[in-house]
Amino acid sequence: MKLSIAGLHKVFDDGDRAVVALDGATFDLVENEFATLIGTSGCGKSTLLMVAAGLEEETAGQVLVNGRPIAGPGRDRGMVFQTYTLFPWLTVQKNVEFALRAEFGKGERRRVARDHLALVGLEQFANAYPSQLSGGMRQRVAIARALSYRPEILLMDEPFGALDAQTRQLMQELLTRLWEQHRLTVLFVTHDIDEAVFLSDRVLVMTNRPGRIKLDIPIALERPRHFELFSSPEFLEYKAQLLASVREESLKTAGFAA
Amino acid sequence: MPELPETVSTNPAAGAVPAPAARPVARARRRRRVRLYGPLDPRIYFSVAVAAFVAMLLAWWLASSLNVTSDLFLPSPGRVWHRAIELARDGTLENATWASFRRISIGFLISTAFGLPIGILIGTYRIAEAAIEPPVDFIRYMPAVAFVPLSIVWLGVGESQKYMLIFIGTFFQQVLMVMDNVKRVPREYVDIGYTFGLRDVGVLLRIVLPASAPAIWDTLRITLGWAWTWLVVAELVAAPNGLGHMILTAQRYFETDTIFVGILTIGLLGLAMDQSMKLIGARLFRWAETRQG
Repeated sequence: MKLSIAGLHKVFDDGDRAVVALDGATFDLVENEFATLIGTSGCGKSTLLMVAAGLEEETAGQVLVNGRPIAGPGRDRGMVFQTYTLFPWLTVQKNVEFALRAEFGKGERRRVARDHLALVGLEQFANAYPSQLSGGMRQRVAIARALSYRPEILLMDEPFGALDAQTRQLMQELLTRLWEQHRLTVLFVTHDIDEAVFLSDRVLVMTNRPGRIKLDIPIALERPRHFELFSSPEFLEYKAQLLASVREESLKTAGFAA
Repeated sequence: MPELPETVSTNPAAGAVPAPAARPVARARRRRRVRLYGPLDPRIYFSVAVAAFVAMLLAWWLASSLNVTSDLFLPSPGRVWHRAIELARDGTLENATWASFRRISIGFLISTAFGLPIGILIGTYRIAEAAIEPPVDFIRYMPAVAFVPLSIVWLGVGESQKYMLIFIGTFFQQVLMVMDNVKRVPREYVDIGYTFGLRDVGVLLRIVLPASAPAIWDTLRITLGWAWTWLVVAELVAAPNGLGHMILTAQRYFETDTIFVGILTIGLLGLAMDQSMKLIGARLFRWAETRQG
């Protein structure tokens, strides 16, 4: 198993009130699998990703990479956040190079960063500052940066959540293309069902608080995938199934279910 | 639209109640220039600022020439100007300014040398915050002026006593402000740094510091302004030279014009330092001007 999430529990306890965010979430990802975690907002899917990244500590359970439990964050797991995390004081080029300092010399660093900017089609913006880029471009750089040092697993926390609908779709296509060409184990988090079906080999639905895996379905849609897929009958079938499952959770939390 | 004038003319009440006329007035009012957070032409801004200074000078000049009070209490702008030139010619002003400048530079540097690292430390490590923040917060509320007698008892009236007073007045504010600057660094910058494999020191030096540098620079600029106050207080109490000393001696001989020269010089020096730090900051942290949301 590339990535194992084994009985993860996470309780946020601020002294007055304990909130159970994860309650025994368990699943495995095999090598080069693209899996997406969906659920209503606040279901703990982002918490799960933070724990997997080593940025939050689990209350109980384990995260294993290649069968070994993780000890905090590490270069084997790259991360892309929803918020813009490019460093505003560095150029686009230097932002990517920042992640490469640990293992590459100066010249090599420059070359690898350039190559990865080209991968997301932004090599001509190498010397721009993040503030000069649109939101979609910033996320493309963030993806290039996360890929540049070749982590074994890419963790993506609603990376397109802050983008407008048009840009988001273009980003989904870009990510699919990249993934189809380069293959990598990806754990993606979103609340957008279309996005989940379009990108993934497998979609996992989380129950709402306490967070557990409720549904785990493979997406057997052909690759390479193009945007026409969004309106194909098979796509819509998957979508309907997932929508029903997520909706059940929303109803429960919103207090609609009798 | 063409019906409007007709309605007006056929309506007998139109003369008494100017209802139609109220419309353009309302529209004009909506187009007025001054409103909350409204924009302003930079040229108008500049003119108004200059006018304010001119008005201040004018009021001063008027008050002194109308003999509202004796010339002894309120010297005219002209007299102060002459006195300033005299003091500049015989080197008094230069010596006093230089002595004060030296003191504030050293005092402020000592304060910053401690305030900066400690502020960064307590802004990033909760345990350091727990140990240092509460006492600093407590001492901050003790007026620095109240430490003057103690500082003289401890250190006499030499230079180190001046540094101590500047330190007490500046350091405790600096620490808390730098702590706050550092705390405002987005958590995601720090998190992403850890996923790149950086350790605490790396994240601190290569992410936290550059991310908070523009805000810290602002803190230094603001606290430098406050440091001037403590410098003058120190010099007023006991000093062989400096602008505060010049003011105090002038008071003994009723040289109000010299007092004015001293106060204005301090104001101008403060302004010059503040503006140059602003300029340097804008050059150093060009990226921060268009901060991303």
